[in-house]
Amino acid sequence: MKKQRSLLRSIGVGLSVVVVIVVFAYGFKVTKVNLKETRSEQRLVVLTRILRALAHPDIITYEQEEVNIEVPIYLPCPEEIITLPEPDKTGPYLVTDVACAASKEFILVEGYSFEPGSKGPINFIALSGAKIQLDNFETDANGYFQVSVQMPTRQPVVEVQHLRATARVPVGGPQFTDTAKITWAKIVETVFLALLATTFGTLLAVPVSFFAARNLMSDVKSSLASVALTIIGWPFGILIAFLANRWISELSTPLSANIGINVGGVIISPVIAYALARWALPQEELETPKVPMRIARILTLMVSAICIIFLLQLLASLLLSVGQMLIQPLGPVGFLGNFVSQVGEIVQIATPIILALAGGGFVGSFLSTYGQNLSDRLSDSYIKGINLFFAAAAGALLFMLVGAGINWFYQINDPVKIYLWPGAVGAVLGLLLAIRTAPKDALPIGTTLYFVMRTILNATRSVEPLVMVIVFVVWVGIGPFAGSLALALHTIAALSKLYSEQVESILPGPLEAIKATGANRLQTIVYAVVPQIIPPYISFTMYRWDINVRMSTIIGFAGGGGIGFLLQQNINLLDYRSASAQMLAIAIVVASMDYISSTLRERFV
Amino acid sequence: MLEVRNLTKIYDGDVLALDDVSFSVNQGEFLACIGLSGSGKSTLLRCINRLVEPTAGKIIWNGIDLTEASQDEMRRIRRKMGMVFQHFNLVSRSKVIINVLAGRLGYVNPAMSVLNRFPKSDVELALKQLERVGIANQAYKRADELSGGQQQRVGIARAMIQEPEMILADEPVASLDPVLAHSIMQYLEQINKEDGVMVICSLHFLDLVHRYADRAIALNEGKLMFDGTPEEIDDAKFKEIYGKEAERVG
Repeated sequence: MKKQRSLLRSIGVGLSVVVVIVVFAYGFKVTKVNLKETRSEQRLVVLTRILRALAHPDIITYEQEEVNIEVPIYLPCPEEIITLPEPDKTGPYLVTDVACAASKEFILVEGYSFEPGSKGPINFIALSGAKIQLDNFETDANGYFQVSVQMPTRQPVVEVQHLRATARVPVGGPQFTDTAKITWAKIVETVFLALLATTFGTLLAVPVSFFAARNLMSDVKSSLASVALTIIGWPFGILIAFLANRWISELSTPLSANIGINVGGVIISPVIAYALARWALPQEELETPKVPMRIARILTLMVSAICIIFLLQLLASLLLSVGQMLIQPLGPVGFLGNFVSQVGEIVQIATPIILALAGGGFVGSFLSTYGQNLSDRLSDSYIKGINLFFAAAAGALLFMLVGAGINWFYQINDPVKIYLWPGAVGAVLGLLLAIRTAPKDALPIGTTLYFVMRTILNATRSVEPLVMVIVFVVWVGIGPFAGSLALALHTIAALSKLYSEQVESILPGPLEAIKATGANRLQTIVYAVVPQIIPPYISFTMYRWDINVRMSTIIGFAGGGGIGFLLQQNINLLDYRSASAQMLAIAIVVASMDYISSTLRERFV
Repeated sequence: MLEVRNLTKIYDGDVLALDDVSFSVNQGEFLACIGLSGSGKSTLLRCINRLVEPTAGKIIWNGIDLTEASQDEMRRIRRKMGMVFQHFNLVSRSKVIINVLAGRLGYVNPAMSVLNRFPKSDVELALKQLERVGIANQAYKRADELSGGQQQRVGIARAMIQEPEMILADEPVASLDPVLAHSIMQYLEQINKEDGVMVICSLHFLDLVHRYADRAIALNEGKLMFDGTPEEIDDAKFKEIYGKEAERVG
């Protein structure tokens, strides 16, 4: 019995060894392992040449003086006996041990009276003037050298030809080569590309990470009426914000033409906005205010919001024009003026986006609160009716928006197919949901949002920046801007995930304590979550900067600017000495980034 | 006046934490809640301010049914319920004064508080509360630089700055040594006697119950086993509450 088992066992072991061998054999086949090739002489010669080139990065050069000294030689030997003329011994001169040689024959070349420490190639100069390098020489302290060179294989020529020694003597101090200079410029570009990508990525990843944290989202629950009203509220809020933005820009555009009025507007409008907001948001309030008071406050806040939009638009045009004006007078630091006008441009681009988010968020959350209040107050049968109606409307709206999105990609352009059918399906699904949920059930909307957010982040993260940059190159053209956009997008996805995991691992105690004081959700996050996550956030941001520097060195391979572009070019041109300089620069930057980020991490955490 | 009627809490996975618990607490009373670990004391306290949603039953406070209140209403009600925790639950990287001011979050304007701006009157109030618990000189230290006893005093100051009508204390002295325990309990007693704040406090040690509480309730496996004055807990009652093998110490 026992013996049988051990027999079975050894058969099993034997079989698994066979399986492992087969697996590796197949692996060798598919990866085309070919060891004969590694020993091929031709390849070894090339490899040696490349490795030697890589070992000599093209960074420092000396200005050189060149001296060309020639000695006549016959290839091959003619029939009559020849003698060579005595060399001119007043300067450096060459002596060969024979006056003629056959192809592939070795001859000894000696040089006298050269500049000590000079070096250079020995070339065979054919009758046609073609130059064939035979070897290199380097003179000793007496200016003497001795090299045995092999004659090239040539068609027989009767006339005399020459051997030429080109002696190069460095004069003056070392200088950076052009390669070194352009490598420096590009490595600076690379580091800043990574810096910008990390900054913008971090700014957006912080808010996103809260939505991707399960412990914050899992207790966000709303009644169906509230959820449906939120879904309806968002698009309307965005629409209202867009209209408001357009209306106000009609007002502000003529004002921004005059710089004095522009500056005045930039100063006055925040003051008004702040004063109004202070009135509408009193510092402390013990009682819930009455309805007319609340309406008055909402109206005041709207005026305040209009002032802020006004401010943003005026500020954008002010920065743009001031920046443009500064470029000329600032001279060498004109890039500061350019930066100011670019910031103006960013404000201009960001204003409608911020407004859309704020408008959507405001109307959405207002309706959400309203829906929640309805659910809390009204009786079940009323709520059921409200749920049915709004869920159907929200479902229809959501699916129509999806339909519009699909139409943008596939150009169906048939209103029945892109609006009517999806709308009907959405309404039916909404109705089903409303029928299935009890009137006052709290739906786990936070958990749903969490899963949606996680899915989007994982999908974005799985696309390598090297691939993303291809899309951005199409959009903004080849260059570092495309690279930083691609890296920023990837940073958002990657950091949001890392951040949200930190949020999930915070201590729940302070969260509970702050909640128990009657704080709302935002206050709870600011007072209980944020202080706990600052150290890991800093540490992950540093780590990501480190990664981004490394990524940005190769993002140029796909047209994303930075040093990668240069490196790829030089590799393709077989200019290994330049490529070596760039590889060295990358290694230095990555190593020092690693050091800096770990030092900073230690200090902050 | 707080009235708890037929309160039941069943956690996910059919864990019965509270089983049909009913009792009431008068205004200005110091109520101790005793029982073994896991008997449902913490759940009971958290049901009162609805950090834990009760499964069934009613909690009526000053005529308002808390179990029916909406989330918004509940936030306003929580302002009047201070809570003190076993592990203090301070935000350890924030300053002491910020931890205390956090108690005002329910009152202040949310937009300003998010920017870390508090009204001057609140800052003064916070300093006053810290003075009351004897650590005003530590106000600008980080919370994790304080000792355990000091941290719990910050916890009490945070509850007191809410100007509460009720304090829920969840084993406030279980992580402290006996001397510190008495000093913390004395602060709670002072708040109870001087300010007339109702205190519901879960405790482990019977001597603390005898010393500080006006009345005690006892829980065992979620059921209310006892409701009366501390003096009424005789050996028979004790065994009923803590099980047959338990022995009285202290």
